[in-house]
This record gives sequence, structure tokens and C-alpha cells, in this order.
Amino acid sequence: MSGILSYEFMQNAVLVGIMASVICGLIGPFIVARRMVFISGGLSHAAFGGLGLAYWLGVRPLLGATAFVLASAVLIARLEEKKMSLSDLFIGILWAVGVAIGILFIHLTPGYTPDLMAFLFGNILTVPSADVAVTLLLFLATAAAVLVFYKGFVAVALDEEYARARRLPVASLKMGLMVLTALSIVTLIQAVGILLVIALLTIPVAVASELSLNFRRIILLSIGCGIVICLSGLSLSYYFELPSGAAIILVGGALLGAVKGAKRLRVPPAAPAP
Amino acid sequence: MREHGMEPLIAVERVTYGYENRPVVEDVSLAIGSGDFVLVIGPNGGGKTTLLKLILGIIAPWSGTIRYHGDSGGRLGYVPQFARFNRNFPISVFDMALSGRLDNRNYLRRYTAEDMEKTRAVLADLDLYEKRRELISDLSGGQLQRVLIARALVSDPAALFLDEPTTAMDAASRTNLLDLLAGLQEKMSIVAVTHDPTPYARSYRHIACLNTRLYYHERGELDSYTLEKVYGCPVEILGHGIPHTILAGHEEQEKRP
Repeated sequence: MSGILSYEFMQNAVLVGIMASVICGLIGPFIVARRMVFISGGLSHAAFGGLGLAYWLGVRPLLGATAFVLASAVLIARLEEKKMSLSDLFIGILWAVGVAIGILFIHLTPGYTPDLMAFLFGNILTVPSADVAVTLLLFLATAAAVLVFYKGFVAVALDEEYARARRLPVASLKMGLMVLTALSIVTLIQAVGILLVIALLTIPVAVASELSLNFRRIILLSIGCGIVICLSGLSLSYYFELPSGAAIILVGGALLGAVKGAKRLRVPPAAPAP
Repeated sequence: MREHGMEPLIAVERVTYGYENRPVVEDVSLAIGSGDFVLVIGPNGGGKTTLLKLILGIIAPWSGTIRYHGDSGGRLGYVPQFARFNRNFPISVFDMALSGRLDNRNYLRRYTAEDMEKTRAVLADLDLYEKRRELISDLSGGQLQRVLIARALVSDPAALFLDEPTTAMDAASRTNLLDLLAGLQEKMSIVAVTHDPTPYARSYRHIACLNTRLYYHERGELDSYTLEKVYGCPVEILGHGIPHTILAGHEEQEKRP
């Protein structure tokens, strides 16, 4: 194992994998508690529009994706603040329109777009060093924000109205959570690709929720679980030449199944009352 | 304790609010005094929860004003209906109650020793201390209701607002709740919203009938004419505990301190 870590691409992959896992663990439990999974799916697909536009303009794809995801997140948060029921419909539209814009611009871009597949399906082994630096910045910003605003985010996820009654800045906190979700998604896209981002935001939380019922511990366990999933998927991907995104997600699915199975074996069904 | 004189703790003045273009609460005025016990009754969809949310500052009125005496605007306790929050959130009884200490000044800081101490004291008062490590999702309706009350009380509220607090309760928990409220009334104003005023018969001082518009009464004043106007179908409602509760015959209880 120490041999493969001497390659720069492998160092980058491990670094991105770990950062992606920490971000998933920090933000995933909030996304699940606030039922923002569908929103996350919409945001990650909106990234495809940004990618297409970036290819067409000839700028760095990651920049285009970040801009589109951030703009969509702000839009959803503002719509939600105005009217709750519209956003579900809007997210579905955003999802499809994002992909359509991407397809259109890629069609308009002459020549071959080499790393398009990497963005769709993820290839953690080919993340360029410059993108690792951007990811590091996003990672630090996300981690710092979650730590600073933790109590506010919990209050909003638990009981939004009560938080308003206590004069907490609920609209700003919700906007903050949405922007952080957007930034996390950009980071995760590099590891597992647009199509699989949702899995990395949900599977570690699902595994952690099987193991603990305390929100703080769920966050820590999600981080640990994410790291295990990412690094094992990465190894499988390297040794067996498998697509890294698929390897990571399937390891995650298997881990969730194993944990659920082990729990069932350990806790026998309640004996009938005597 | 300062004497408030004629100044009410909270004064709602000509407030209107609605959804889409339809007003749900229209031109409502209401004064809540210190130590008052106001019962807000009215049919479903009559705007009861909306009025609470307006007073609590959860939503802003289309028109009209709500004035809070002194710092009472930041010192309101709220006991919502279960459906209004995420009951499956993985949080313990203690942390749930503790979260009531949060406000816009301290939510970026760590909880203080005082926050912890206050939470422990309130949980002990409400017979919840033994359950402090349990998850709120594992509690019975009556227990969860008490946790919500604990969350409201840890902030030392000037007024406590309860939205349909007796709905999910059996008779025993209901009696406990009303005893608890009777004790709290010495320390704070209480506003309870309900479609069934029967359990509160002994406690309330003012009764407000809300069906988009509000009709406000001293205890004992309410007559069947007003009820008919509020509900629009007097017979059914009058058969639903109202006569026993509100119409004449309970004057002697007004002399309670």
C-alpha cells in the first residue's frame, strides 16, 4: 500500500477522498434531517449545466460547476423562504434544465471533451493538483462553517418555527446550510461524479444512524464511515481497474447491508411475553 | 418586580395576516396582561395557530402592530403541536430542553454552566430528569408534551403559548398539565389555543373567540350569540362542552387568586 502512495495522483485521490468523507459526515446528517436529499440531487445535476458552459467558454470545468451549483442553491433557498410548496416542483425542473443546458453546450463545443465522463461518473484517480487545492479551500470553509454555526443549524433542522420564535436568524441559517450543501456537492462531484453524489451524502448517514441515535455521534460516525468507504473503494478501483465512483458507492451499499445484517443477528427479535 | 400598571405585557393591535390573498386573521386586537390566562378558541382553520405565530414573531403581519412590554418580546415560550417540528430528529430529552436556551445572542457560543443548571432544574420540576437521556422519538405523547413545555420554560419566559396542548393526551396527563399550568400562572402569562375549552374551565381569565375576526371577553361574558357568530353552527358546538365551560354558572371561581 505504501508503494502506491508514492504516486502523486494517488496522494491526490486519498486527500480528496478524505476531504469528501469529512464534508459528507458534517453536512449529510443535516441534509437527511431537513429532508434535503432531493435538493442535493437537483443541485448536483445543475452542476452539469455549469460544466457544459465551462467547456464551451474554455474555462476550468470546476469553476463552471461551482458557479451553477451555488447560483441554484441561492435560488432554491430564496424560493423556499417565500413559499415552501413551490420548491419541490422547482427542484425537479432545475434538475432537468441543468442537464439540458450541459448537453446543449457540450454539443456546441467543437472537439472531444476528455474529462466529461469523469465528471458524470467520477474519477478520483485523475483529480488534477489544481483542483485538489480548490477542494482543500472548500473543505476548510465548510468544516469551519459547520463548527461555528452548529447549534444554529441543529435548531433549524429540529424545529424551524421555534428557532424563529427565539429570534435566531433562521433565513440566513437556512441559506448558509444550502450554500454549504452546494459547496460540498462540488467537492463530492470530483470523487464520485454528478450522478452518484447523493449516495455519498446519504449512505454514511444511514450507516451511522444504524450505530447511534445521537446527532453529534452520527456526524462523527458518518465521517469515519465515509473515509472507510472512500479509501476501500479507491483501493478496489486501483487494483481491479474499476470506475472509482461506482466502486466507492457499492462498497458503501455493501457496508450498509452488512451493518444492518449484523444488527439483526446481534439483537434477536423480542421474545414473546411469558 | 415592577408594577406594569395599565401597560399590557403584549398588545396586538389591528393585525391582519393571511395566505395567498385570503386573510386568515383579520383586524385582530388583543391585550395580554401579566399573569393573564387567555384561552383562544375557535373552529379549525379559524386562524388560531396563525395568531400564535404572529405574536411569537414567527411570521410578520400584513398590517397592524404587536407591541411587547419591556424585553418580553424576546422572552416568549412556545409549545407547538407535534406536527410542527421534526419529531424523529435524533436528540435526547436533555438536549431538546437545553435548546430552549438558545437565542440570537448566544447561538454561536457554547452552552454555559447556567444553561445546564437551569435545564436540569426544569427537567426535575417536570419529572423528566430520569428520562433526560432518552430520545424524544421514544416518548409517549404526554411525555413529549412535557419536554416541549420544559424547552419553553428553560428560557424563563414572560409568557407561555400553547397550541392545542391537550389534543394527544389521556385524561390523567391532561389533569397533570392543567395542574402544571395553574402553578406556572403565578410566574407568567399563559395563552392556550384550543378547539375544546372544557379542560380549562377552572383556569382561564379571558376567552378570545377567533374565526378570522376575534371576539374578546372577560370570563363569564361569553354568550351563545357570539359563539354562533364565531362558529356559524351553534348547535353542534354548544353540545361540545361549551355551555359547561363558558356560559354562566361559574362566577364563584373568578374569586380564585
